[in-house]
Amino acid sequence: MSPIHDQGYRRYAGERAPHGRAWLVIASAGIRTFITKRVFLGLLLLSWFQFLGRVAQIYFTVTTPQWPALLAASADSYRQFLDVQSVFVFFITVYVGSGLIANDRRANALQIYLSKPLTRSEYILGKFAILMAFLLLITWVEGLLLLLIQTLLAGSFKFVIDNLYLFPAITLVSFIQTTMAAAAMLALSSLSNSARYVAILYAALIFFSQALFNVLRFVTGGSTVAWISFSANLEQISRLIFRQPLVYETPWIVSFLMIAALIVVSGWVLERRVRGVEIVS
Amino acid sequence: MPDSAPVVTLDNVTVTYGKQAALRDVTAAFSGGAVGLLGPNGAGKSTMLKSLLGFLVPDQGRMRVLGLDVATSPQEIRARIGYMPESDSHIPGMNAVSFVGYCGELAGLPKVDAMQRAHEVLFYVGLGEARYRNVETYSTGMKQRIKLAQALVHDPDLLFLDEPTNGMDPKGRDEMLELARDLAHNKGVNLILSSHLLPDVEYVCDAVVVMDKGRIAAAGPIDAMKQARGRVYELRVKTVAPLEQFISRLQSSGIECQATEEDVMRVFVPGDGGARQLFAMASAAGVQVRHLRPSVQTLEDVFAKAVGEQ
Repeated sequence: MSPIHDQGYRRYAGERAPHGRAWLVIASAGIRTFITKRVFLGLLLLSWFQFLGRVAQIYFTVTTPQWPALLAASADSYRQFLDVQSVFVFFITVYVGSGLIANDRRANALQIYLSKPLTRSEYILGKFAILMAFLLLITWVEGLLLLLIQTLLAGSFKFVIDNLYLFPAITLVSFIQTTMAAAAMLALSSLSNSARYVAILYAALIFFSQALFNVLRFVTGGSTVAWISFSANLEQISRLIFRQPLVYETPWIVSFLMIAALIVVSGWVLERRVRGVEIVS
Repeated sequence: MPDSAPVVTLDNVTVTYGKQAALRDVTAAFSGGAVGLLGPNGAGKSTMLKSLLGFLVPDQGRMRVLGLDVATSPQEIRARIGYMPESDSHIPGMNAVSFVGYCGELAGLPKVDAMQRAHEVLFYVGLGEARYRNVETYSTGMKQRIKLAQALVHDPDLLFLDEPTNGMDPKGRDEMLELARDLAHNKGVNLILSSHLLPDVEYVCDAVVVMDKGRIAAAGPIDAMKQARGRVYELRVKTVAPLEQFISRLQSSGIECQATEEDVMRVFVPGDGGARQLFAMASAAGVQVRHLRPSVQTLEDVFAKAVGEQ
Protein backbone atom coordinates (compact mmCIF):
# COMPACT_ATOMS: atom_id res chain seq x y z
CA MET A 1 0.00 0.00 0.00
CA SER A 2 1.15 3.52 -0.72
CA PRO A 3 1.79 5.86 2.18
CA ILE A 4 -1.00 8.30 2.90
CA HIS A 5 -0.32 12.02 2.73
CA ASP A 6 -0.80 13.02 6.33
CA GLN A 7 -1.78 11.15 9.42
CA GLY A 8 -2.64 14.35 11.28
CA TYR A 9 -6.26 13.57 12.05
CA ARG A 10 -7.22 14.81 15.50
CA ARG A 11 -10.33 14.15 17.54
CA TYR A 12 -12.43 17.26 18.23
CA ALA A 13 -13.14 18.19 21.81
CA GLY A 14 -14.60 21.66 21.29
CA GLU A 15 -18.15 22.96 21.63
CA ARG A 16 -21.06 22.00 19.40
CA ALA A 17 -24.10 24.17 18.82
CA PRO A 18 -27.43 22.74 19.97
CA HIS A 19 -29.71 21.36 17.28
CA GLY A 20 -32.11 23.68 15.50
CA ARG A 21 -29.67 26.35 14.34
CA ALA A 22 -28.48 24.82 11.10
CA TRP A 23 -31.02 26.85 9.11
CA LEU A 24 -29.14 29.98 10.17
CA VAL A 25 -25.92 28.51 8.77
CA ILE A 26 -27.68 27.75 5.48
CA ALA A 27 -29.28 31.19 5.33
CA SER A 28 -26.14 33.16 6.13
CA ALA A 29 -24.01 31.15 3.69
CA GLY A 30 -26.61 31.64 0.96
CA ILE A 31 -26.87 35.38 1.56
CA ARG A 32 -23.08 35.74 1.53
CA THR A 33 -22.92 33.85 -1.77
CA PHE A 34 -25.33 36.22 -3.51
CA ILE A 35 -24.02 39.52 -2.21
CA THR A 36 -20.63 38.76 -3.74
CA LYS A 37 -22.17 38.63 -7.22
CA ARG A 38 -22.00 41.87 -9.18
CA VAL A 39 -25.04 41.18 -11.31
CA PHE A 40 -27.10 40.61 -8.20
CA LEU A 41 -25.78 43.76 -6.51
CA GLY A 42 -26.74 45.69 -9.65
CA LEU A 43 -30.24 44.24 -9.45
CA LEU A 44 -30.50 45.18 -5.78
CA LEU A 45 -29.32 48.69 -6.59
CA LEU A 46 -31.94 49.04 -9.31
CA SER A 47 -34.63 48.03 -6.85
CA TRP A 48 -33.85 51.13 -4.78
CA PHE A 49 -34.46 53.58 -7.65
CA GLN A 50 -38.18 53.76 -7.00
CA PHE A 51 -37.42 54.35 -3.34
CA LEU A 52 -35.27 57.36 -4.24
CA GLY A 53 -38.01 58.68 -6.51
CA ARG A 54 -40.55 58.35 -3.69
CA VAL A 55 -38.22 60.14 -1.28
CA ALA A 56 -38.05 63.04 -3.76
CA GLN A 57 -41.86 62.97 -4.05
CA ILE A 58 -42.23 63.15 -0.27
CA TYR A 59 -39.66 65.92 -0.07
CA PHE A 60 -41.52 68.10 -2.56
CA THR A 61 -44.90 67.32 -1.00
CA VAL A 62 -43.64 68.42 2.39
CA THR A 63 -41.47 71.38 1.41
CA THR A 64 -43.27 72.82 -1.64
CA PRO A 65 -46.83 73.98 -1.04
CA GLN A 66 -47.27 74.57 -4.79
CA TRP A 67 -46.58 70.88 -5.52
CA PRO A 68 -49.58 69.51 -7.45
CA ALA A 69 -51.98 67.59 -5.21
CA LEU A 70 -52.13 64.81 -7.80
CA LEU A 71 -48.42 64.11 -7.27
CA ALA A 72 -48.48 64.48 -3.49
CA ALA A 73 -47.45 61.50 -1.38
CA SER A 74 -50.50 59.90 0.21
CA ALA A 75 -51.35 56.73 2.09
CA ASP A 76 -52.11 55.01 -1.22
CA SER A 77 -48.60 55.89 -2.42
CA TYR A 78 -47.31 53.12 -0.15
CA ARG A 79 -49.54 50.54 -1.78
CA GLN A 80 -48.45 51.79 -5.19
CA PHE A 81 -44.84 51.61 -4.04
CA LEU A 82 -45.20 47.94 -3.08
CA ASP A 83 -47.09 47.28 -6.29
CA VAL A 84 -44.25 48.65 -8.41
CA GLN A 85 -41.70 46.78 -6.32
CA SER A 86 -43.36 43.54 -7.35
CA VAL A 87 -41.36 43.82 -10.61
CA PHE A 88 -38.14 43.56 -8.61
CA VAL A 89 -39.68 40.89 -6.40
CA PHE A 90 -40.13 38.87 -9.58
CA PHE A 91 -36.58 39.36 -10.85
CA ILE A 92 -34.93 38.71 -7.47
CA THR A 93 -37.10 35.66 -6.90
CA VAL A 94 -36.04 34.27 -10.27
CA TYR A 95 -32.36 35.15 -9.83
CA VAL A 96 -31.95 33.95 -6.26
CA GLY A 97 -34.63 31.32 -5.91
CA SER A 98 -34.48 29.23 -9.07
CA GLY A 99 -31.28 27.42 -8.10
CA LEU A 100 -31.72 27.28 -4.35
CA ILE A 101 -32.89 23.67 -4.30
CA ALA A 102 -32.48 22.74 -7.98
CA ASN A 103 -28.69 23.21 -7.81
CA ASP A 104 -28.52 21.09 -4.66
CA ARG A 105 -30.50 18.40 -6.42
CA ARG A 106 -28.19 18.57 -9.45
CA ALA A 107 -25.13 18.12 -7.24
CA ASN A 108 -26.76 15.46 -4.99
CA ALA A 109 -26.23 17.83 -2.08
CA LEU A 110 -29.46 16.91 -0.31
CA GLN A 111 -27.95 13.70 1.04
CA ILE A 112 -24.99 15.71 2.34
CA TYR A 113 -27.27 18.23 4.07
CA LEU A 114 -29.62 15.65 5.51
CA SER A 115 -26.83 13.41 6.78
CA LYS A 116 -25.95 16.28 9.14
CA PRO A 117 -27.95 16.93 12.30
CA LEU A 118 -30.65 19.02 10.68
CA THR A 119 -34.21 18.28 9.73
CA ARG A 120 -35.81 18.70 6.33
CA SER A 121 -37.80 21.62 7.76
CA GLU A 122 -34.58 23.34 8.82
CA TYR A 123 -33.14 22.89 5.33
CA ILE A 124 -36.26 24.40 3.74
CA LEU A 125 -36.36 27.19 6.32
CA GLY A 126 -32.73 28.05 5.60
CA LYS A 127 -33.37 28.27 1.86
CA PHE A 128 -36.60 30.17 2.45
CA ALA A 129 -34.77 32.67 4.67
CA ILE A 130 -32.24 33.45 1.92
CA LEU A 131 -34.98 34.46 -0.49
CA MET A 132 -37.11 36.20 2.11
CA ALA A 133 -34.17 38.29 3.34
CA PHE A 134 -33.64 39.85 -0.08
CA LEU A 135 -37.33 40.19 -0.89
CA LEU A 136 -38.17 41.84 2.43
CA LEU A 137 -35.23 44.19 1.95
CA ILE A 138 -36.78 45.59 -1.22
CA THR A 139 -40.37 45.68 0.05
CA TRP A 140 -40.84 45.82 3.82
CA VAL A 141 -37.56 47.58 4.73
CA GLU A 142 -37.87 50.11 1.92
CA GLY A 143 -41.56 50.72 2.72
CA LEU A 144 -40.94 51.35 6.40
CA LEU A 145 -37.91 53.48 5.64
CA LEU A 146 -40.08 55.57 3.37
CA LEU A 147 -42.58 56.06 6.18
CA LEU A 148 -39.80 57.08 8.53
CA ILE A 149 -38.39 59.56 6.02
CA GLN A 150 -41.83 61.08 5.49
CA THR A 151 -42.14 61.60 9.26
CA LEU A 152 -38.68 63.10 9.55
CA LEU A 153 -39.10 65.45 6.58
CA ALA A 154 -42.53 66.61 7.77
CA GLY A 155 -41.15 67.28 11.24
CA SER A 156 -44.34 65.98 12.82
CA PHE A 157 -46.16 62.72 13.42
CA LYS A 158 -49.41 64.01 11.93
CA PHE A 159 -49.26 61.90 8.77
CA VAL A 160 -48.39 58.74 10.70
CA ILE A 161 -51.09 59.35 13.32
CA ASP A 162 -53.67 60.04 10.61
CA ASN A 163 -52.67 56.82 8.86
CA LEU A 164 -51.80 54.53 11.74
CA TYR A 165 -52.77 51.48 9.74
CA LEU A 166 -49.86 52.07 7.35
CA PHE A 167 -47.24 50.30 9.46
CA PRO A 168 -49.19 47.01 9.79
CA ALA A 169 -50.43 47.37 6.20
CA ILE A 170 -46.92 47.67 4.76
CA THR A 171 -45.77 44.78 6.95
CA LEU A 172 -48.68 42.53 6.08
CA VAL A 173 -48.66 43.16 2.34
CA SER A 174 -44.87 42.82 2.16
CA PHE A 175 -44.95 39.51 3.96
CA ILE A 176 -47.86 38.13 1.91
CA GLN A 177 -46.20 39.21 -1.34
CA THR A 178 -42.77 37.79 -0.47
CA THR A 179 -44.01 34.60 1.18
CA MET A 180 -46.14 33.79 -1.84
CA ALA A 181 -43.24 34.36 -4.25
CA ALA A 182 -40.66 32.54 -2.11
CA ALA A 183 -42.87 29.53 -1.39
CA ALA A 184 -43.88 29.08 -5.02
CA MET A 185 -40.31 29.46 -6.24
CA LEU A 186 -38.87 27.02 -3.70
CA ALA A 187 -41.51 24.45 -4.58
CA LEU A 188 -40.71 24.79 -8.29
CA SER A 189 -36.98 24.66 -7.52
CA SER A 190 -37.47 21.35 -5.73
CA LEU A 191 -39.12 19.87 -8.82
CA SER A 192 -36.15 20.09 -11.15
CA ASN A 193 -32.37 19.80 -11.32
CA SER A 194 -32.10 22.76 -13.69
CA ALA A 195 -32.24 26.31 -12.33
CA ARG A 196 -32.87 27.65 -15.82
CA TYR A 197 -35.88 25.42 -16.30
CA VAL A 198 -37.23 26.47 -12.89
CA ALA A 199 -36.86 30.15 -13.80
CA ILE A 200 -38.83 29.59 -17.01
CA LEU A 201 -41.48 27.63 -15.12
CA TYR A 202 -41.92 30.39 -12.54
CA ALA A 203 -42.17 33.10 -15.18
CA ALA A 204 -44.69 30.97 -17.05
CA LEU A 205 -46.76 30.49 -13.90
CA ILE A 206 -46.96 34.23 -13.26
CA PHE A 207 -47.46 35.39 -16.84
CA PHE A 208 -49.70 32.55 -17.96
CA SER A 209 -52.10 33.01 -15.05
CA GLN A 210 -52.28 36.75 -15.80
CA ALA A 211 -52.70 36.18 -19.54
CA LEU A 212 -55.43 33.62 -18.96
CA PHE A 213 -57.25 36.05 -16.69
CA ASN A 214 -57.04 38.80 -19.32
CA VAL A 215 -58.43 36.49 -22.01
CA LEU A 216 -61.31 35.34 -19.79
CA ARG A 217 -61.97 38.90 -18.74
CA PHE A 218 -62.23 39.89 -22.39
CA VAL A 219 -64.52 36.95 -23.19
CA THR A 220 -66.81 37.25 -20.17
CA GLY A 221 -66.72 41.01 -19.94
CA GLY A 222 -66.25 40.82 -16.14
CA SER A 223 -63.44 40.31 -13.64
CA THR A 224 -65.01 37.60 -11.47
CA VAL A 225 -62.30 35.22 -12.71
CA ALA A 226 -59.50 37.37 -11.29
CA TRP A 227 -58.77 34.55 -8.85
CA ILE A 228 -56.97 32.79 -11.73
CA SER A 229 -54.20 35.39 -11.70
CA PHE A 230 -51.76 35.41 -8.78
CA SER A 231 -50.90 39.05 -9.46
CA ALA A 232 -54.60 40.01 -9.43
CA ASN A 233 -55.15 38.13 -6.17
CA LEU A 234 -52.26 39.96 -4.58
CA GLU A 235 -53.53 43.32 -5.81
CA GLN A 236 -56.98 42.55 -4.46
CA ILE A 237 -55.64 41.70 -1.00
CA SER A 238 -53.23 44.62 -1.07
CA ARG A 239 -56.07 47.06 -1.81
CA LEU A 240 -58.14 45.57 0.98
CA ILE A 241 -55.34 45.95 3.52
CA PHE A 242 -54.55 49.51 2.40
CA ARG A 243 -58.27 50.39 2.64
CA GLN A 244 -58.57 51.12 -1.08
CA PRO A 245 -61.55 50.20 -3.26
CA LEU A 246 -61.22 46.75 -4.85
CA VAL A 247 -60.75 46.72 -8.62
CA TYR A 248 -61.89 43.18 -9.42
CA GLU A 249 -65.26 41.51 -8.90
CA THR A 250 -63.70 38.49 -7.26
CA PRO A 251 -64.47 38.56 -3.51
CA TRP A 252 -61.34 39.29 -1.48
CA ILE A 253 -61.79 36.11 0.52
CA VAL A 254 -61.45 34.08 -2.69
CA SER A 255 -58.23 35.93 -3.53
CA PHE A 256 -56.98 35.30 -0.01
CA LEU A 257 -57.83 31.61 -0.23
CA MET A 258 -56.03 31.32 -3.56
CA ILE A 259 -52.87 32.83 -2.07
CA ALA A 260 -53.16 30.57 0.98
CA ALA A 261 -53.70 27.56 -1.28
CA LEU A 262 -50.60 28.38 -3.29
CA ILE A 263 -48.52 28.54 -0.11
CA VAL A 264 -50.01 25.28 1.24
CA VAL A 265 -49.47 23.44 -2.05
CA SER A 266 -45.89 24.74 -2.17
CA GLY A 267 -45.31 23.40 1.34
CA TRP A 268 -46.75 20.04 0.35
CA VAL A 269 -44.50 19.85 -2.73
CA LEU A 270 -41.46 20.72 -0.63
CA GLU A 271 -42.36 18.08 1.93
CA ARG A 272 -42.54 15.48 -0.84
CA ARG A 273 -39.45 16.54 -2.76
CA VAL A 274 -36.87 17.45 -0.13
CA ARG A 275 -35.62 14.04 0.96
CA GLY A 276 -32.29 12.40 1.51
CA VAL A 277 -33.13 9.73 -0.99
CA GLU A 278 -35.26 9.87 -4.09
CA ILE A 279 -37.45 6.84 -4.62
CA VAL A 280 -38.31 6.19 -8.24
CA SER A 281 -41.25 3.85 -8.43
CA MET B 1 -8.97 0.45 18.35
CA PRO B 2 -12.60 1.19 19.29
CA ASP B 3 -14.35 -1.28 21.59
CA SER B 4 -16.23 -4.20 20.12
CA ALA B 5 -19.66 -3.49 21.67
CA PRO B 6 -22.30 -3.19 18.94
CA VAL B 7 -22.46 0.33 17.51
CA VAL B 8 -25.37 -0.51 15.22
CA THR B 9 -28.15 -3.00 15.75
CA LEU B 10 -31.09 -3.89 13.54
CA ASP B 11 -34.04 -5.93 14.79
CA ASN B 12 -36.36 -7.45 12.20
CA VAL B 13 -36.04 -4.50 9.85
CA THR B 14 -37.96 -4.54 6.60
CA VAL B 15 -37.70 -1.74 4.04
CA THR B 16 -39.66 -1.74 0.82
CA TYR B 17 -39.70 0.47 -2.26
CA GLY B 18 -43.28 0.15 -3.38
CA LYS B 19 -43.78 -3.59 -3.70
CA GLN B 20 -40.05 -4.34 -3.89
CA ALA B 21 -38.49 -5.35 -0.57
CA ALA B 22 -34.93 -4.04 -0.26
CA LEU B 23 -34.39 -5.31 3.30
CA ARG B 24 -36.25 -8.42 4.42
CA ASP B 25 -36.64 -8.89 8.13
CA VAL B 26 -32.99 -8.08 8.78
CA THR B 27 -31.54 -8.68 12.23
CA ALA B 28 -27.88 -7.78 12.63
CA ALA B 29 -25.35 -6.24 14.97
CA PHE B 30 -22.28 -4.29 13.88
CA SER B 31 -19.47 -4.36 16.41
CA GLY B 32 -17.12 -1.44 16.98
CA GLY B 33 -14.01 -1.04 14.86
CA ALA B 34 -14.16 -1.58 11.13
CA VAL B 35 -16.99 -3.71 9.80
CA GLY B 36 -17.49 -4.48 6.15
CA LEU B 37 -20.94 -4.56 4.64
CA LEU B 38 -20.45 -6.87 1.75
CA GLY B 39 -22.77 -7.97 -0.98
CA PRO B 40 -23.44 -7.92 -4.70
CA ASN B 41 -25.13 -4.93 -6.30
CA GLY B 42 -28.75 -4.72 -5.21
CA ALA B 43 -28.16 -6.71 -2.02
CA GLY B 44 -29.53 -3.89 0.13
CA LYS B 45 -26.30 -2.38 1.49
CA SER B 46 -27.01 1.24 0.58
CA THR B 47 -30.63 0.85 1.66
CA MET B 48 -29.43 -0.28 5.07
CA LEU B 49 -27.12 2.74 5.43
CA LYS B 50 -29.85 5.12 4.29
CA SER B 51 -32.27 3.60 6.75
CA LEU B 52 -29.76 4.02 9.55
CA LEU B 53 -29.39 7.68 8.56
CA GLY B 54 -33.13 8.12 8.75
CA PHE B 55 -33.55 8.77 5.01
CA LEU B 56 -35.83 5.76 4.71
CA VAL B 57 -38.44 4.75 7.24
CA PRO B 58 -38.65 0.97 7.69
CA ASP B 59 -42.00 -0.76 7.28
CA GLN B 60 -41.21 -2.71 10.40
CA GLY B 61 -38.41 -3.27 12.85
CA ARG B 62 -36.18 -1.22 15.06
CA MET B 63 -32.70 0.21 14.54
CA ARG B 64 -30.23 1.59 17.07
CA VAL B 65 -27.06 3.51 16.32
CA LEU B 66 -24.54 4.26 19.08
CA GLY B 67 -27.20 3.25 21.59
CA LEU B 68 -29.80 5.69 20.22
CA ASP B 69 -33.05 4.77 18.51
CA VAL B 70 -33.10 5.87 14.87
CA ALA B 71 -36.85 6.50 14.97
CA THR B 72 -36.74 8.85 17.96
CA SER B 73 -33.26 10.43 17.93
CA PRO B 74 -32.25 10.89 14.29
CA GLN B 75 -30.56 14.25 14.83
CA GLU B 76 -28.57 13.09 17.85
CA ILE B 77 -27.40 10.15 15.78
CA ARG B 78 -26.49 12.22 12.74
CA ALA B 79 -24.46 14.57 14.94
CA ARG B 80 -22.26 11.60 15.81
CA ILE B 81 -21.94 9.91 12.45
CA GLY B 82 -20.29 10.83 9.18
CA TYR B 83 -21.71 9.67 5.87
CA MET B 84 -19.74 9.34 2.67
CA PRO B 85 -22.37 8.74 -0.03
CA GLU B 86 -21.80 6.51 -3.02
CA SER B 87 -22.74 9.05 -5.70
CA ASP B 88 -20.89 12.28 -6.46
CA SER B 89 -22.14 14.88 -4.00
CA HIS B 90 -21.05 18.40 -3.21
CA ILE B 91 -22.51 21.80 -2.53
CA PRO B 92 -22.42 23.81 -5.75
CA GLY B 93 -20.31 26.92 -6.12
CA MET B 94 -17.92 26.30 -3.24
CA ASN B 95 -14.23 25.56 -3.06
CA ALA B 96 -13.11 22.56 -1.03
CA VAL B 97 -12.26 24.35 2.18
CA SER B 98 -15.50 26.37 2.16
CA PHE B 99 -17.50 23.23 1.45
CA VAL B 100 -15.94 21.17 4.21
CA GLY B 101 -16.05 24.09 6.67
CA TYR B 102 -19.71 24.63 5.81
CA CYS B 103 -20.43 20.96 6.49
CA GLY B 104 -18.71 21.35 9.85
CA GLU B 105 -20.93 24.32 10.69
CA LEU B 106 -24.01 22.37 9.64
CA ALA B 107 -22.92 19.67 12.06
CA GLY B 108 -22.81 22.21 14.88
CA LEU B 109 -19.17 23.27 15.02
CA PRO B 110 -18.46 26.96 15.64
CA LYS B 111 -17.39 28.77 12.45
CA VAL B 112 -13.73 29.17 13.43
CA ASP B 113 -13.38 25.56 14.57
CA ALA B 114 -15.16 24.30 11.48
CA MET B 115 -12.78 26.16 9.21
CA GLN B 116 -9.73 24.99 11.15
CA ARG B 117 -10.86 21.39 11.00
CA ALA B 118 -11.69 21.76 7.31
CA HIS B 119 -8.04 22.59 6.62
CA GLU B 120 -6.87 19.70 8.80
CA VAL B 121 -9.06 17.02 7.29
CA LEU B 122 -8.34 18.22 3.76
CA PHE B 123 -4.64 17.73 4.41
CA TYR B 124 -5.42 14.39 6.01
CA VAL B 125 -7.29 13.09 2.97
CA GLY B 126 -4.62 14.40 0.62
CA LEU B 127 -6.36 17.47 -0.78
CA GLY B 128 -4.29 20.07 1.07
CA GLU B 129 -2.80 21.57 -2.08
CA ALA B 130 -6.12 21.66 -3.92
CA ARG B 131 -8.26 22.98 -1.10
CA TYR B 132 -8.94 26.37 -2.69
CA ARG B 133 -10.15 24.86 -5.97
CA ASN B 134 -13.82 24.71 -6.80
CA VAL B 135 -15.06 21.21 -6.04
CA GLU B 136 -16.78 21.03 -9.43
CA THR B 137 -13.36 21.04 -11.13
CA TYR B 138 -12.17 17.99 -9.16
CA SER B 139 -11.37 14.62 -10.72
CA THR B 140 -13.34 11.53 -9.69
CA GLY B 141 -10.69 10.47 -7.20
CA MET B 142 -10.57 13.93 -5.64
CA LYS B 143 -14.35 13.96 -5.35
CA GLN B 144 -14.16 10.70 -3.41
CA ARG B 145 -11.64 12.28 -1.03
CA ILE B 146 -13.69 15.42 -0.51
CA LYS B 147 -16.69 13.26 0.36
CA LEU B 148 -14.58 11.59 3.02
CA ALA B 149 -13.40 14.99 4.27
CA GLN B 150 -16.95 16.32 4.70
CA ALA B 151 -17.88 13.14 6.57
CA LEU B 152 -14.92 13.57 8.93
CA VAL B 153 -14.94 17.30 9.60
CA HIS B 154 -17.16 17.13 12.69
CA ASP B 155 -15.19 14.21 14.12
CA PRO B 156 -17.85 11.50 14.05
CA ASP B 157 -17.77 8.44 16.30
CA LEU B 158 -19.05 6.30 13.46
CA LEU B 159 -18.43 6.57 9.73
CA PHE B 160 -20.60 5.14 6.97
CA LEU B 161 -18.51 4.70 3.83
CA ASP B 162 -20.61 3.71 0.84
CA GLU B 163 -18.41 2.28 -1.92
CA PRO B 164 -15.54 4.66 -1.10
CA THR B 165 -13.21 3.48 -3.86
CA ASN B 166 -15.68 3.81 -6.73
CA GLY B 167 -14.04 5.22 -9.83
CA MET B 168 -10.60 5.61 -8.27
CA ASP B 169 -7.35 4.65 -9.95
CA PRO B 170 -5.27 1.91 -8.25
CA LYS B 171 -3.04 4.37 -6.39
CA GLY B 172 -5.95 6.47 -5.23
CA ARG B 173 -7.82 3.34 -4.21
CA ASP B 174 -4.90 2.15 -2.10
CA GLU B 175 -4.67 5.55 -0.43
CA MET B 176 -8.38 5.64 0.29
CA LEU B 177 -8.25 2.17 1.86
CA GLU B 178 -5.20 3.18 3.88
CA LEU B 179 -7.10 6.21 5.18
CA ALA B 180 -10.08 4.08 6.16
CA ARG B 181 -7.84 1.58 7.87
CA ASP B 182 -5.96 4.30 9.70
CA LEU B 183 -9.19 5.89 10.92
CA ALA B 184 -10.51 2.62 12.27
CA HIS B 185 -7.33 1.21 13.74
CA ASN B 186 -5.38 4.26 14.87
CA LYS B 187 -7.81 7.15 15.24
CA GLY B 188 -10.58 5.47 17.20
CA VAL B 189 -13.31 5.98 14.61
CA ASN B 190 -15.76 3.12 14.15
CA LEU B 191 -16.67 2.55 10.54
CA ILE B 192 -18.98 0.55 8.36
CA LEU B 193 -17.55 0.05 4.90
CA SER B 194 -20.15 -0.88 2.33
CA SER B 195 -18.61 -2.43 -0.76
CA HIS B 196 -18.98 -5.15 -3.31
CA LEU B 197 -15.18 -5.37 -3.55
CA LEU B 198 -13.87 -8.13 -1.32
CA PRO B 199 -10.23 -7.01 -1.24
CA ASP B 200 -11.31 -3.57 0.00
CA VAL B 201 -13.29 -5.04 2.87
CA GLU B 202 -10.64 -7.60 3.70
CA TYR B 203 -7.91 -4.94 3.86
CA VAL B 204 -9.79 -2.47 6.05
CA CYS B 205 -12.18 -4.47 8.18
CA ASP B 206 -12.00 -6.84 11.12
CA ALA B 207 -15.52 -8.16 10.75
CA VAL B 208 -17.97 -8.51 7.94
CA VAL B 209 -21.71 -8.67 7.37
CA VAL B 210 -22.56 -10.34 4.07
CA MET B 211 -25.86 -9.40 2.47
CA ASP B 212 -27.72 -11.00 -0.36
CA LYS B 213 -31.16 -10.17 -1.76
CA GLY B 214 -32.06 -8.03 1.23
CA ARG B 215 -31.10 -10.61 3.85
CA ILE B 216 -28.06 -11.24 6.01
CA ALA B 217 -26.25 -14.18 4.44
CA ALA B 218 -23.35 -14.38 6.92
CA ALA B 219 -21.79 -12.27 9.63
CA GLY B 220 -18.84 -12.39 11.99
CA PRO B 221 -15.15 -11.65 12.40
CA ILE B 222 -13.33 -12.21 9.12
CA ASP B 223 -10.64 -14.42 10.67
CA ALA B 224 -13.18 -16.68 12.33
CA MET B 225 -15.24 -16.96 9.15
CA LYS B 226 -12.16 -17.93 7.17
CA GLN B 227 -11.45 -20.72 9.67
CA ALA B 228 -14.71 -22.50 9.10
CA ARG B 229 -14.61 -26.26 9.74
CA GLY B 230 -13.30 -27.87 6.58
CA ARG B 231 -10.45 -27.43 4.11
CA VAL B 232 -10.02 -25.61 0.83
CA TYR B 233 -8.05 -27.13 -2.05
CA GLU B 234 -6.99 -26.15 -5.53
CA LEU B 235 -7.93 -29.08 -7.76
CA ARG B 236 -7.26 -29.97 -11.39
CA VAL B 237 -8.56 -33.19 -12.86
CA LYS B 238 -8.51 -35.06 -16.15
CA THR B 239 -11.71 -36.83 -17.10
CA VAL B 240 -13.08 -38.58 -20.15
CA ALA B 241 -16.66 -37.80 -19.22
CA PRO B 242 -17.78 -34.15 -19.08
CA LEU B 243 -16.29 -32.27 -16.11
CA GLU B 244 -19.75 -31.11 -15.07
CA GLN B 245 -20.65 -34.67 -14.13
CA PHE B 246 -17.79 -34.83 -11.64
CA ILE B 247 -18.61 -31.37 -10.28
CA SER B 248 -22.23 -32.29 -9.70
CA ARG B 249 -21.07 -35.48 -8.00
CA LEU B 250 -18.89 -33.43 -5.64
CA GLN B 251 -21.70 -31.00 -4.96
CA SER B 252 -24.15 -33.74 -4.18
CA SER B 253 -21.69 -34.88 -1.50
CA GLY B 254 -21.70 -31.41 0.07
CA ILE B 255 -18.39 -30.29 -1.46
CA GLU B 256 -18.51 -26.77 -2.84
CA CYS B 257 -16.74 -26.01 -6.10
CA GLN B 258 -15.74 -22.67 -7.49
CA ALA B 259 -14.06 -22.31 -10.88
CA THR B 260 -10.96 -20.10 -10.89
CA GLU B 261 -8.83 -20.49 -13.99
CA GLU B 262 -9.33 -22.62 -17.05
CA ASP B 263 -9.15 -26.07 -15.54
CA VAL B 264 -8.39 -25.36 -11.88
CA MET B 265 -11.17 -25.13 -9.34
CA ARG B 266 -11.29 -24.28 -5.69
CA VAL B 267 -13.13 -26.87 -3.66
CA PHE B 268 -14.26 -26.64 -0.06
CA VAL B 269 -14.43 -30.00 1.70
CA PRO B 270 -16.46 -29.69 4.89
CA GLY B 271 -15.62 -31.73 7.99
CA ASP B 272 -12.45 -33.76 8.43
CA GLY B 273 -12.54 -35.73 5.17
CA GLY B 274 -10.03 -33.52 3.39
CA ALA B 275 -7.91 -34.80 0.51
CA ARG B 276 -8.68 -38.43 1.26
CA GLN B 277 -12.37 -37.82 0.49
CA LEU B 278 -11.52 -36.06 -2.78
CA PHE B 279 -9.23 -38.87 -3.94
CA ALA B 280 -11.87 -41.44 -3.08
CA MET B 281 -14.54 -39.65 -5.04
CA ALA B 282 -12.22 -39.14 -8.02
CA SER B 283 -11.34 -42.81 -8.02
CA ALA B 284 -14.97 -43.83 -7.84
CA ALA B 285 -15.79 -41.58 -10.78
CA GLY B 286 -12.82 -42.69 -12.87
CA VAL B 287 -11.33 -39.23 -12.81
CA GLN B 288 -7.60 -38.65 -12.71
CA VAL B 289 -6.40 -36.06 -10.17
CA ARG B 290 -3.60 -34.07 -11.83
CA HIS B 291 -3.14 -31.38 -9.20
CA LEU B 292 -4.29 -31.08 -5.60
CA ARG B 293 -2.92 -28.40 -3.31
CA PRO B 294 -4.24 -27.26 0.08
CA SER B 295 -5.22 -23.60 0.00
CA VAL B 296 -6.14 -20.92 2.52
CA GLN B 297 -9.77 -19.99 2.69
CA THR B 298 -10.25 -16.39 1.56
CA LEU B 299 -13.03 -13.93 2.15
CA GLU B 300 -14.01 -14.63 -1.42
CA ASP B 301 -14.71 -18.25 -0.49
CA VAL B 302 -16.77 -17.11 2.49
CA PHE B 303 -18.65 -14.66 0.30
CA ALA B 304 -19.26 -17.20 -2.45
CA LYS B 305 -20.57 -19.70 0.07
CA ALA B 306 -22.75 -17.10 1.75
CA VAL B 307 -24.44 -15.85 -1.40
CA GLY B 308 -24.49 -19.24 -3.06
CA GLU B 309 -22.36 -18.33 -6.06
CA GLN B 310 -20.49 -20.99 -8.01
